[in-house]
Parts: sequence; C-alpha cells; structure tokens
Amino acid sequence: MSSNDEHEHEHEHDHDHGHKEDGSPLNYADDSRHDYDEASHYPLITEAIRQLLIEKEIVKTGDVQERLDFMDSRGIELGAEIVVKAWTDPDYKARLLKDGTAAVAELDIPMADAELVVVENTNDVHNLIVCTLCSCYPRTILGLPPDWYKSKNYRSRAVNEPRAVLREFGTNLPDGVAVRVHDSNADMRYLVLPARPVGSEKMNEAELTELITRDNLVGATIPSLA
Amino acid sequence: MNDASLPEPSDPLYKIGDIVRIKVAHPPGHRRTPDYIKGKTGTIERYCGAFINPEERAYGFDGIPKKHLYRVRFDQSQIWGHYDGPEEDTLDLEIYEHWLEGKSL
Repeated sequence: MSSNDEHEHEHEHDHDHGHKEDGSPLNYADDSRHDYDEASHYPLITEAIRQLLIEKEIVKTGDVQERLDFMDSRGIELGAEIVVKAWTDPDYKARLLKDGTAAVAELDIPMADAELVVVENTNDVHNLIVCTLCSCYPRTILGLPPDWYKSKNYRSRAVNEPRAVLREFGTNLPDGVAVRVHDSNADMRYLVLPARPVGSEKMNEAELTELITRDNLVGATIPSLA
Repeated sequence: MNDASLPEPSDPLYKIGDIVRIKVAHPPGHRRTPDYIKGKTGTIERYCGAFINPEERAYGFDGIPKKHLYRVRFDQSQIWGHYDGPEEDTLDLEIYEHWLEGKSL
C-alpha cells in the first residue's frame, strides 16, 4: 500500500514539533499518541500483519523497511524546487496552477497515486491546508508531516478558526486578505505556492530555495527575507 | 488511484459554478464527507476526475463504477454560526458526486 493510497491513521513519531517564529513551542501536542502505547495491541497487530504478508510472499522481508527509509529520506526539497520553478518561470506557474500533477511530472517528480492541486497565495487570498479526517499530506514532495499537522487541535481549529491558528504560527495577514482553507479530505493533495518575498528579485535559485520552509508550503507561515 | 483502464462512469452531473447542497446522511462506515459540511450549500470550484469509490474500497469492494469528485467552495460564515473572520473567508473541500444534490432539490 502506498502512503497516498488510503487515509491512514499513522502512529509514527517523527519528533518534529512546531515552533512559533520566536522559537517557543506551539501548543500542538501530538495527541494521536492517546491511543498508542508500546504495550497495546496496535504494535502487535502491525507486526503480526507484517509477518503474514511476508509469509504469504505479498511483500519481501526488506520491503517495509525500504519503504520506511524512503519516506524518512524525503524532506521538502521537491516541494521547494516546484515553488522556485514557479517563482522564476511564469509559464510554468500557469501550468502548475492549472494541473499540478502534470506540471510536477515535467520536473520528473511523480505524485504516486495522488493528484496534486497547487493553490497560490496572492494579495487577496491566503491558503491553509488541513486534513480533518486524518492527516493526508503530500508526502512524496514534502516528506513526513509534522506532529502538529496530525494533532486533533490543528485539524479541528484550522477549519473553523483558521485566523487564530495562523496568528499562533506568527502569521499576521494584512487587512483585505481572505483566508481560504483547503480540507484535504479525499483524493487530492495540496501544495501552497507562497508569494515570492519582496526583496528577493535579484536572488538566484539556490538563494530562493533557502527562503522556503515546510510550514510555508502548508500555508501556516509566509516566507520572508528576515 | 485513477487507473485509466477501468470503465468510466456516466458524465458528471455538475459543472463549475453550479450551486450544490451536501446531503445530510449518516451511513455507517468510513465516509469521506465530514459532518461539519453536511447540509451546507456551496459552489463547484473544479471537477477533479473520477476515482474508485474509497467508501467501498475501504471494505474490500472494488469501488466500481468510479465516482466523480468535485472541489466545492463554501463561505466560512455559512458553515459556522460563530465564525469571526471576514465574509470573504472560504473553505474548499472534496466531495464525491453521490453526496451532492442541486440546491433546488
């Protein structure tokens, strides 16, 4: 099963806690842990299923670890590459916004089983991504989601009080900017295309890439030169 | 998953700009339409394609015929009675055709 295949209820712990701009920890504890316990039946069932799959030759011994290693190796590099390409090539940006899956395939970036929708932050609209049903996330281009993205706190509040959530991330939007929340509840995966920061006009692609953070690509924060 | 070799369903019932209401229903099982949007009225933002029905595939059925999937845009002030942001704030989510009904229905 691919990671995009189903709405999984993950229990992996990547120990990647969100932080506010000032460095203080966000109050988004990984509350998915409430039903996870080393001694509980979940790890036992997982291990039993893994062994059965191997016994029945549906997967090979190394497949599971190989897949875990692959997911662990992914970060936001591909997501940042897509954004920099869009910032520096207006024609590419137009294609990306029209059909995200096809446009990232141009860069030899596959989306596996999922379709990609790219939403652009403009002077009028700021986009924020959430998955209220579980924690769907464009893993193939951003790697594993942070704990806060999977927390019930974020998943419930991002839809009904997104502006409060954004403020907690240190994101204060100018007056007149509408907030558009995207609930990633079915077969699409989402990438926020942030606005290219003012003052970055003379930067090269490597410098632009340095400006982009994971949280920018979910819409929780906005890239800046500061 | 969007396997082109599988039979296509009939043509999509809705087009971009159509006003739709999300059905109020509580069937058992793994459903992709969250409760908070049931009974709300929105506008079709885009057609996403036809996908194997995940609500059936979750239980070992083949999920065929595929279901049309749309992105529907809602005004936040219409979803939540207490929403305190500007009227321009919106929320988009993905809804399978069998959860939609024309506003007049």
